[in-house]
Amino acid sequence: MNYSLKKKLGISAYIFFVLLPIYWLLNMSFKSNAEILGELTFWPKDFTLDNYAVIFSDPTWYMGYVNSMAYVSLNVIITLMVALPAAYAFSRYKFAGDKQLFFWLLTNRMAPPAVFLLPFFQLYSSVGLFDTHLAVALAHCLFNVPLAVWILEGFMSGVPREIDETAYIDGYSFPRFFVKIFLPLIRSGIGVTAFFAFMFSWVELLLARTLTSVEAKPISAIMTRTIGASGIDWGVLAAAGVLTIIPGLLVIWFVRNHVAKGFALGRV
Amino acid sequence: MNKVENNRAWFLVTPVFLLVAFSAVIPLMTVVNYSVQDIFDQNTAYFVGAEWYREVLNDPRLHDSLLRQFIFSGSVLLIEIPLGIAVALMMPTRGWTASASLILLAIPLLIPWNVIGTIWQVFGRADIGLFGWALNSIGVDYNYASNPMDAWFTVLLMDVWHWTSLVALLCYSGLRAIPEAYYQAARIDRASNWAIFRYIQLPKLKSVLVIGILLRFMDSFMIYTEPFVLTGGGPGNSTTFLSQTLTQMAIGQFDLGPAAAFSLIYFLIVLLVSWLFFTTITHLDKAK
Repeated sequence: MNYSLKKKLGISAYIFFVLLPIYWLLNMSFKSNAEILGELTFWPKDFTLDNYAVIFSDPTWYMGYVNSMAYVSLNVIITLMVALPAAYAFSRYKFAGDKQLFFWLLTNRMAPPAVFLLPFFQLYSSVGLFDTHLAVALAHCLFNVPLAVWILEGFMSGVPREIDETAYIDGYSFPRFFVKIFLPLIRSGIGVTAFFAFMFSWVELLLARTLTSVEAKPISAIMTRTIGASGIDWGVLAAAGVLTIIPGLLVIWFVRNHVAKGFALGRV
Repeated sequence: MNKVENNRAWFLVTPVFLLVAFSAVIPLMTVVNYSVQDIFDQNTAYFVGAEWYREVLNDPRLHDSLLRQFIFSGSVLLIEIPLGIAVALMMPTRGWTASASLILLAIPLLIPWNVIGTIWQVFGRADIGLFGWALNSIGVDYNYASNPMDAWFTVLLMDVWHWTSLVALLCYSGLRAIPEAYYQAARIDRASNWAIFRYIQLPKLKSVLVIGILLRFMDSFMIYTEPFVLTGGGPGNSTTFLSQTLTQMAIGQFDLGPAAAFSLIYFLIVLLVSWLFFTTITHLDKAK
């Protein structure tokens, strides 16, 4: 067997392993509970959309998606707004305490969310932000902002200084240069950063669940509702799970060519 | 790149500084405050000094979960790093199959962590899950809810499924950065595939591997949601890792003092490793 055929077989096998559990979830989401618990079938015998209908017809269910989307978008916006100028400063200038500040930012990316659980709860309760989208968005900034500064700094360092200097000679003020010339140059970097901020805010549950109770409750916390007095409603649980995978799939399409560079924190 | 000395750059950094100070320093100070006091209610609190630290450092429950945590993070690295490199080497480099495999591999990274737990909880069950059913029907007595070894196996397999893609994507981007001329030279020398890997690809992967190893170490060290949903830390305490022990102490039993002391020790361990991470990365950047 030649080398490239072996490679193809190997990667197909690994992708098969990645997709198998997802196929099973998808398969289950189209079955009735009776069929799920009755016998093992590789394809739904009575194909049903009832599980999805439950989610789309009940506001307590679908509002979970709206809430998650709301705090995730808010988080992406805040993250980019503060990280862009900071990343520019780190990539272009030396200033007092820059290394220490960068390291300090980094430690927040590394902080276990469990450590911040209780203080966050008290902090956001005392400033009256508990159970709002803003609270979760701000809490997620803890790990997203350092990551964003880091990725953007990597991308920005790839843009030569001469461009900044030429713009100043041409009479551009700093804000105008930054918005009109610099930002378009690192478009893909901004896209990748937004994607990562989206992703890490979307997948996080511990903080999101702790900081919300009713009004801003994320979908992942609502999913525990399927465990009722009569046991677990497997079908609805599976359908809710499938629906949480879709937003990620939609956004990764746009950044597919840059995603690897982003995972390498803009440093490849 | 040569950087210009300019302290006005602080103006650009101030927003980040304020935001992170609000969401990191204030909470951290609260934790420090708790860790040295015995709090009965809102108005009664006694200063107890290092007592909680002594208590926590001698708590066998924490020793156990720290040990489990290191075993878990170690096994995760031992499996995911080589597997990730192998997957990256096998990935197609051109055409639609390259994009398709990139996207398919990235799927597990985009699923909310509790859904990851749910997927494997279902997948591993012997009655309704494909994986548990398949194992049991070929004669393996597998039940992750009652057998600690099976629980460990499932948690590890879940993490490998979840995060190997990250290592693979990192290595893939590292491999793409190798100029074609290197391979041409290797072909002229009739180098074996192993020699190409050992002397061309692996050295070029060094910087992405450092990032990969440290990201995987950090994230596996804070793992909470996935094992919590999958096994709930059980059977017994066999898959209870540090974050879960901490959450139990802080929220479950409301032992604020010990939980805060424990938080700080936990954070210090992480800080130590972050520092190693940071110095390695800056050294790599300098070497370029």
